[in-house]
This record gives sequence, C-alpha cells and structure tokens, in this order.
Amino acid sequence: MNKNCLLCGVGGQGVVLASKIIAYAAMEKGWFVRTSETIGMAQRGGSVVSHVRMGDEIYSPMIPQGSAEVLLSFEPAEAVRNLPYLKRGKEEGIVIVNRKALKPVTASLGGKEYNGEEMLDFLRKKVKRLYVVDGEAICNKAGSSKTLNIALLGAAAAGNVLGISMEEMEREIKRRVKPEYQEMNLKAFALGTQAVCGTFGQ
Amino acid sequence: MAGQLLMGNEAIGLGAIHAGVNLVTGYPGTPSTEILETVAKNNTEGRIHVEWSVNEKAALEVAAGAAYTGARTLVTMKQVGLNVASDPLMSLAYVGVKGGMVIVSADDPGPISSQTEQDTRHFGVFSKLPVFDPTSPEEAYEMVQDAFAYSEKYATPVLLRPTTRVCHGCAAVEVKEVSGEGASLGNQAYWAQSDKPKEFVKDPGRWVIFPRLSYQNHKKIEERNEELSHVFSSYRFNTVEGGAGLRKGVAAGGISYAYVKESISKNVPLLRVGTPHPFPEELARKFLEGLDEVLVFEELDPVIERSLLQIAGKYHLSVTIRGKLTHDTANAGENSVESVREDLMRFADETLKEEMCKEEELLDGAFSLKLPPLPVRPPVLCAGCPHRASFYAVKQAAKGRKAVFSGDIGCYTLGNAKPLDMVDTCLCMGADVTMAQGLHIIERDAVNFAFIGDSTFFASGITGVINGVYNQTDIILVVLDNSTTAMTGHQPHPGTGRTMMGEVVTKVSIEKVLEGIGVNKIVKADPLRLEEAIAAVRQVLDEPGVRAVIFKSPCIAVTKAETCYRVNETACVSCRQCIRELGCPAIVACDGKVSIEAGLCYGCGVCAKICKFGAIQEVDHE
Repeated sequence: MNKNCLLCGVGGQGVVLASKIIAYAAMEKGWFVRTSETIGMAQRGGSVVSHVRMGDEIYSPMIPQGSAEVLLSFEPAEAVRNLPYLKRGKEEGIVIVNRKALKPVTASLGGKEYNGEEMLDFLRKKVKRLYVVDGEAICNKAGSSKTLNIALLGAAAAGNVLGISMEEMEREIKRRVKPEYQEMNLKAFALGTQAVCGTFGQ
Repeated sequence: MAGQLLMGNEAIGLGAIHAGVNLVTGYPGTPSTEILETVAKNNTEGRIHVEWSVNEKAALEVAAGAAYTGARTLVTMKQVGLNVASDPLMSLAYVGVKGGMVIVSADDPGPISSQTEQDTRHFGVFSKLPVFDPTSPEEAYEMVQDAFAYSEKYATPVLLRPTTRVCHGCAAVEVKEVSGEGASLGNQAYWAQSDKPKEFVKDPGRWVIFPRLSYQNHKKIEERNEELSHVFSSYRFNTVEGGAGLRKGVAAGGISYAYVKESISKNVPLLRVGTPHPFPEELARKFLEGLDEVLVFEELDPVIERSLLQIAGKYHLSVTIRGKLTHDTANAGENSVESVREDLMRFADETLKEEMCKEEELLDGAFSLKLPPLPVRPPVLCAGCPHRASFYAVKQAAKGRKAVFSGDIGCYTLGNAKPLDMVDTCLCMGADVTMAQGLHIIERDAVNFAFIGDSTFFASGITGVINGVYNQTDIILVVLDNSTTAMTGHQPHPGTGRTMMGEVVTKVSIEKVLEGIGVNKIVKADPLRLEEAIAAVRQVLDEPGVRAVIFKSPCIAVTKAETCYRVNETACVSCRQCIRELGCPAIVACDGKVSIEAGLCYGCGVCAKICKFGAIQEVDHE
C-alpha cells in the first residue's frame, strides 16, 4: 500500500526539512521511500514543492496527480495550486494549510491584492477534510517563526492518514533537529497536533 | 532502516567513492553540483583529490592528465558545461584513458534551471563515447560503478547522463562498501591493485594526438562501439519486461521509465534502455520482432526512437515506431506520470486500454478542478541581496543615457525582473563581456555595461576582457563580487581562497587580473553604500576603452544579518517608491500600507537610503 504526502510552500519556509523528517520516519518503519524537492533557481522566493512517497511499489519520485493522502501546505495559495495532487473520490485525502498568506513581490508591484482568505474559501468549498492551522499563533507561542514546519508536521501526524504515528514523528524530530532548538520545536509540534485535534487554530 | 535516503547526486558521489575514484573535478551547475560536494564531504581521509576547477574544460583536462597515469577519475558538470568541455572531450575520445574516467553531464529537461534542453546522449553519439542513463538514484549508484569498470576495460572515457529528477530525487538506497572482493566484476581487478602507486608511462604513440594516430584510433573506436553494442545487449540495466502476446509495446529510458512503470500493466512489452549509446541492438531487435507498434517515452531528443527506427529499417521489421517524431509524445519539456498516462491511453486506444493501462480511479476528480487565478511567484533576488543595490546604482548613474545592459549566468540574471529591469541580454557563461563589445561596435552612441559575477569571471570572463582591451572596445565591466558561487549553493572559487580539500590558499584578485590585462580604469565600491556606488559608476561612465567597477559585498546567504529595518507608519506616505524601484521581497503592501516583513529583512538598508521621507528606520534584529 502506497502513501503519498505533498508538502508545498514558498522558498525559505522549511518545507524540505519537514519532508525529510517524514521520509526518515517512514524508513524507520522499514518502508521504501522516494522524495523529490525543488532545488536551485526556483528556491529564491518561488513556489516550492516536496513530494514524499512511501510504500512497496513506487517508481516515480513525484506523486501522480490525484493520489496524495496528505497535502501539507505552508501557504493558502500554494495549497490551491497543488490541489490537483490531492486524492479524490471515496478515500479523499486531507488538506492541512497554514492560514497566513505570503504575498509575492509581483502582487505588491502590480497593485493587485492577493488575498489569502479567498484561497481558504476556495479550499473550504472543494475539500471535505480541511484543517486550517494558525501557524503564526503557534510560532508565537513556541517562540520562533522557524518552527512553522514542525508545527505543520504535528498537524499531519495528528491527521493520522500517513500511517506514521505522533510518537514516531516526534522521535524523528528529536533525531533531526539540533538540541538547542528542540524544546521550541517540540512545543510547536504539540500545538500542531492539537490544531488538527480541534482544540487550537481552526 | 531500509537503506539510506540519498539524493541521486549523493548516490553517484558515493558510487564513485566505492568504485575507488582517485580524483574528482568539476564546475558547479544545477542539477549536477551535489555529486562533487558529496565526494568532498565523505573524503574524510583526504585520499581523493577533489577540486572545483575554474571551468568544465579545465576540470576535464585535469582529470585526463590523472587518468593517463591509471588513476580513476570523475568529472562533473551540467549539460551546458559539456559544451565548454567539448574541446578536450572530442580529442580525449580519440586518445582514450588508462584509469577509468566517468564524465557526469546532468541534463535538465524542462528546462528547470538551464539555458537549453540539449541532450547529452547526442554528445555521446557525436564523440563516440558510451553513455549510461540511470532511471533512479539507486540505479545511478550501481551504474556509476559499472561505468568505471567499462571505462577501464575499454580504455575510454564514458558519459553518465542523469537528468534533474534522478539527480534531485531521493530514494532509500542500499549502499554497500564494495571494495576488494565484494566489488562488482571489473572493479575487483582494480581494487586488487588500488594501493599500487600510479605513474605516467611515456608513450608518444598513445598520448600525443596526431592525424595518423587519430585515423588509427577512429577505426578502433568504431570496432569497439560495435562490440559494446553487442555487450550492452545483455547489460543488466538494458532490459525487456512483459510481453504476454500483446502486439503493442513501450520503450523508455531515464526517468521516463519510472513514469511508464507507474502507468502500464505488467504484461505490456517494455524495453528499458540504460545505455543509449552504443545502442543495445540485438536486445532491441528481439523486442521489436513480433510487435506491430511501439511507443517511445524519453525526454529531450528522440534518441531511443531514432535508434529503434534504424534497427527496424536495418532488419526490415514491420513495426511502427511512435514518439516525438510522430507527435505521439511531446517534443519539448519534461515528461510526467500524467503526460505518460495520457499518451499511453491514446496509443492503447479503446481496444487495448484495459489491457495496457494500470487501473486508476484517481484522475477523474483531480482533472475537473478549476482553480481560481493564483499569485505568480517567479524567483527573485533575495531580500538584502547586494546585487539589487549594484543594479540600482548602475541604473541611477546611467539615467538619461542610452545604455544596454548585458547580463550573465548566476543569481544576477534575476536582475532582469521588474522593477530593476537591468538585464537586456543573457546567453552563456562569460558572454556578457564579449557581447557588450559586439553591441557597442555597431551602436557607438550607446553605453554598454557588462555584468559578471565573480565565479563566472574566473570561469570564462577573463578572455573576453582581454579581447576588449586588445581590440579597443568601449565597455563598462561591472563585476558583482559576492565572494561565492551563489546560485548553485555557495561553492568556493579562485577568489575565495578556499579549496574543496579544505585548504586556505592565496585569493586570486579580480582587481589585479584586470590591472594586468590593462583595463583603462578600475574603481571599487561597496554597493550597499549607495551614494558611493553611484559615484563609482559615474567616474567611469565617460571614459574610453574597457573600464571596470568592482562591486564587492558578500552574499547574504553566507553572512549573518546584523540589523533590520521597519516602516515608520506615521512618516510613510505610501508613495511606494521603495516597492516600485527595488522589488525587495521583504517589502510588502497590504491594504495600501507599506510594511517590511521582519523575518525576511536582511538589513541591507538600501530601501532606507532611497526613501525621501525617512520613513524606513533601522531596528535591532530579533
């Protein structure tokens, strides 16, 4: 049985580390893993995507459209952009999205206002299992804007559709995050899990 | 753990180490860069000589020298780098090597970070060198080791041609330390004597290329390639799968093979081509016999498709080969699981659809999604990037003048975006310097600027400057020196004084190089001191000959932010001059109000310097 998780956001948000942690947690369970990331020119403030694929029979490093169990988006418009990857039908995948919109330089220039709320409304209409996470509030509580990726990982683990438990994910975070940043990240992780469990965010 | 999570490039680097490589050279270029970095990172005992050479030609020539002694060498570059290395490549193909030599040239379908969609497999055909084309990171790990063995056995350099999705895709790879007896066949003999000192044995009849020798070797090469075509027919990564009575088959190579495997059912006849040159003719012939139609999936050029056509013609096989040449697959850009599925459905048509295509309920819902208009996010210069200040300074100094701005390859190509709009031409490494000359010779009343980065200057800018000085052309060379090769991930170069062996060496001074060439006037400035920077450009604006401005300020990605800025809301009149003129990603407008994202600001202070109302102020960094 294959599991796919697509992570997306904007260059510099920590998407790659989050995808690595999922991949390592899956490998720890003995699963075969493939991932694919945006590297190079596109990283400079551009849209970034990480594909994480886990299971027995995987060939393509990129998730085929319509087959992601989880779409983990660090930004509302990026969630919409990558929505075609979400698994549809009876076993529709879940979308976890950070509430805060990041405005591209072009939108600031042209005077055209990009509104994150419109994107969230679109998601609310199209996605059955949507979790909007207030990443900014979590980061403020955890103590650093750099913990957004770990907070969203918490939400993904709590969503319980990847087959990786919260404990397994947390163990991997402890392994992959530098000791001096662990406390704040584990706090962000816990707050992230709560966001999906419904006690925070929404 | 199920193996190690390795990027394709890491797998190639480790594979080379496990094949006993002695010397690794290269020039950075996406998507190839991490190969050499992986070797350097794992070179803990310093047994392997690893260097970023000044350019790809130098890299290949250094490796050729080492390979003449019997050392195993790996040379890494991106596909356009192979153009730079093509001079030694073409000749080295005739001379050959003693120690195994693998030249990795990473192709970039799309293209994602390149000027061209050129196909290294054609370079293999052109130079008559064997080409290995992996379909995945784990295969690349094995293949680079095979490539060393074949290279040494046939005393020829070989090409390994991964593409972006293999280079930058990661997979759980089983890494085996395969030295000594555990080594694969062909590598065993190497390991058996890997400790022996290597030496260059003089032999003019072998190492000195002359017309007579080239003629003789040409004949041998043709014979060798015929033999290799035969040998490759049973090579482990050239395979035929499926074939249960179906009259339609599929052929694929590289990452397209992975997309095909996601899409077709197991009984479809499938040819995988791991060595597109020399083509495994016998294997392909057997595959074609008994088929009516074959659809070929490959990226870039129709190399496999043409080879199959040739074989079908040669053996009078009545089979139709479909692909790029017949417009059954796209002839430009990347393939994907989606594109392969679509092409495959058309190929199978209604009658064979169920037999050939994997059952997937998935696409229906996804494809009917109509997305709202989305904000575009083109790559931009980072907040605080000194290039932005340099471009702005030149723009201000040249205001009101007829000026043409020639740019080059690197982060600073992004200076073409609005609002800076400071790159009018970009062609290839170093071309800014020389193209500016050509532009000026024909259009004398224009001021011609040539922007070049420090790494590009060393790689291929210097000869262009000499050309301009010698031929008395008037250009202004603007060196954007950020003390690193930024775009490819911060590699050292001759100006940084650090090597990949961890040594600290004398920095090569760009200023002294320019002085030595005889550049008419050289001025230096810190671009972040905006007024001085503008004045520096003005100083050379009306001078004759080649003059240079060296803007020196380190890349923000390798230095620490010391301060940051914010907008004083009471002083800001929302004129948006900062946004209109700088295009810094940290400055945003929301509900008509301008603000600076604290997390993004790098404290370069350029926006504060251009604000007429003093509304942007320095604050302590968080």
